[in-house]
Amino acid sequence: MLNIAGHNFSSRLFSGTGKFSNSQTMLDAIKASGTELVTLAIKRIDIKQGTDNLMAPLSNLGVKLLPNTSGARTAQEAIFAAQLAKEMFNTHWIKLEIHPDPKYLMPDPIETLAAAEALVKLGFVVLPYVHADPVLCRRLEEVGCAAVMPLASPIGSNQGLLTKEFLQIIIEQATVPVVIDAGIGCPSDATLVMELGADAVLVNTAIASSQRPLAMAECFRQAVITGRQAYQAGLGNVTKKANNTSPLTGFLHELC
Amino acid sequence: MSFVDIFADLDRDHLLMSLYSTTSADVERILHQPNEQTRGDVNALMAMLSPAAEPYLEQMAQQASNLTKQRFGHNISLFIPMYLSNLCANECDYCGFTMSNKIKRKILNKQEIQQEIDIVKSFGLDAILLVTGEHETKVGVDYFAEVLPHMKQYFSHVSLEVQPLQTDEYKRLVNLGLDAVMLYQETYQPSTYAKHHTRGKKKDFTHRLNSPDRLGQAGVDKIGLGVLLGLDEWRLDALLMGHHLAYLENRYWRSKFSVSLPRLRPCTGGIEPKSAITDKGLVQLICAFRLFSEQLEISLSTRESSQFRNNILPLGITHMSAASSTQPGGYANPDTQLDQFEISDKRSVEEVTLAIRAQGYTPVFKDWEANWKTN
Repeated sequence: MLNIAGHNFSSRLFSGTGKFSNSQTMLDAIKASGTELVTLAIKRIDIKQGTDNLMAPLSNLGVKLLPNTSGARTAQEAIFAAQLAKEMFNTHWIKLEIHPDPKYLMPDPIETLAAAEALVKLGFVVLPYVHADPVLCRRLEEVGCAAVMPLASPIGSNQGLLTKEFLQIIIEQATVPVVIDAGIGCPSDATLVMELGADAVLVNTAIASSQRPLAMAECFRQAVITGRQAYQAGLGNVTKKANNTSPLTGFLHELC
Repeated sequence: MSFVDIFADLDRDHLLMSLYSTTSADVERILHQPNEQTRGDVNALMAMLSPAAEPYLEQMAQQASNLTKQRFGHNISLFIPMYLSNLCANECDYCGFTMSNKIKRKILNKQEIQQEIDIVKSFGLDAILLVTGEHETKVGVDYFAEVLPHMKQYFSHVSLEVQPLQTDEYKRLVNLGLDAVMLYQETYQPSTYAKHHTRGKKKDFTHRLNSPDRLGQAGVDKIGLGVLLGLDEWRLDALLMGHHLAYLENRYWRSKFSVSLPRLRPCTGGIEPKSAITDKGLVQLICAFRLFSEQLEISLSTRESSQFRNNILPLGITHMSAASSTQPGGYANPDTQLDQFEISDKRSVEEVTLAIRAQGYTPVFKDWEANWKTN
């Protein structure tokens, strides 16, 4: 079972709350996905006016909330957002997102590392969203992050596993869970990345922007389970040529 | 180097000719390519803005709608303008605040501002656009510096639409919590600009053209561009704004950008549009800009009718105002006849949110954190 910072998850599919046409569709899709961890942007939550109050229905579904710092452009802003999230949600879990570039929403490695280090010291369970950079992931582990969340392709792009080779290095090296975060566009992307040995995937846009979000959520649920089971079963080796059984040394057996 | 240097090298006559000589084959070629290959390309934008693209409007709209949903989700962010002053030291013949207009002039005091805040907050809104006429001495940076921290106590996101300021003045306001600045060129065609801006600092076309560069240098988080559609040939104005946007997006990569597309209507401010833009034209414009820039915020004001706003909502719009008043103190005293322009969509915030939901979209009231920057 997946364990992050002492918390067990029986589902390896994480999800989000953004981009759905209404909150009921969002809640139904989250339920259908079987996810147990849902991220939501602190900047969207208005505690005072209660205009976007999703917390109660999400809690009723029994999912754990993972507030994120989306919108922050510097370490300082992200730390501020994390502290706000702690007050709002009574959780010390934080998905650290710092993307100062509004065009491709690429995460800033320098600010992310600085914020992660500071937040860990403040007692947060930090799950940083980063580029598929193996060295950065190692550095984030060193400062005490509970997991790393490298991207498959730009957020919301549905482009799939553009960073596959680097994700493999990260998965190979990591001693904390690796959650593939952004760009997963279709269920087969999720299966593939789980087959590679990722610990979990986070999918939002591919579900929310589907014509039928509920059906798509269910597809992702199955895809992640299948990918994980295939990884555990052990994939066969891949070769470029067909392999006969002992084509060169078979004569030895015949001689006997 | 700033955009002024790039602008000087643009051959506007050639661009206008190219716009009108674009063929349907050019348009089809672009529409058949994946958007990743054509976005950000000013030549592709030109084709999408051309008359030749009109027959492809449905196809453009489908692509624009899908791109917007993928990027922004099924969300429409709501904001409201708050007019703080109608004093103006410029003569602009299309604007109700123009200095020669014999209207009562007013700058809101603290008490009046508070009244407006209380009313707007009762609508449930959390993003505000502060607007003034352009009067540097009486409504200048010191006034804004006084008002901003107060506004930030009530609104997560505060934008400003006032006269162009200096870079260090913008920096000062950013440090006080300013999130965005809207600064519209009105028209990118200098001779037309000169014809409509006849007195005051706004006469200086180049100073205005350089202003978004100063905003970028000051680290303003969101920069809003706009042209007053109809002052001159709208296709060319929109294309030149596209050039401006492409330059700014690349240079000031930390800033977000938005465009506003207000239409000059016959009789507004007493002047006739030189090149009136139809509903169809505005739809083409919105779709063209969405195909040009996936991340661009596109704002639609209450100048447009409720019916048109409902129909156009899924085609690329990301931000809408609601229940707007365009006069200082207009929420507390709606009938004082100080309006900058006539509102067409007079629905309440509740009615607008219902209409948004009916289209399968979610109205977003809060999408920012107050004190994000000033904590």
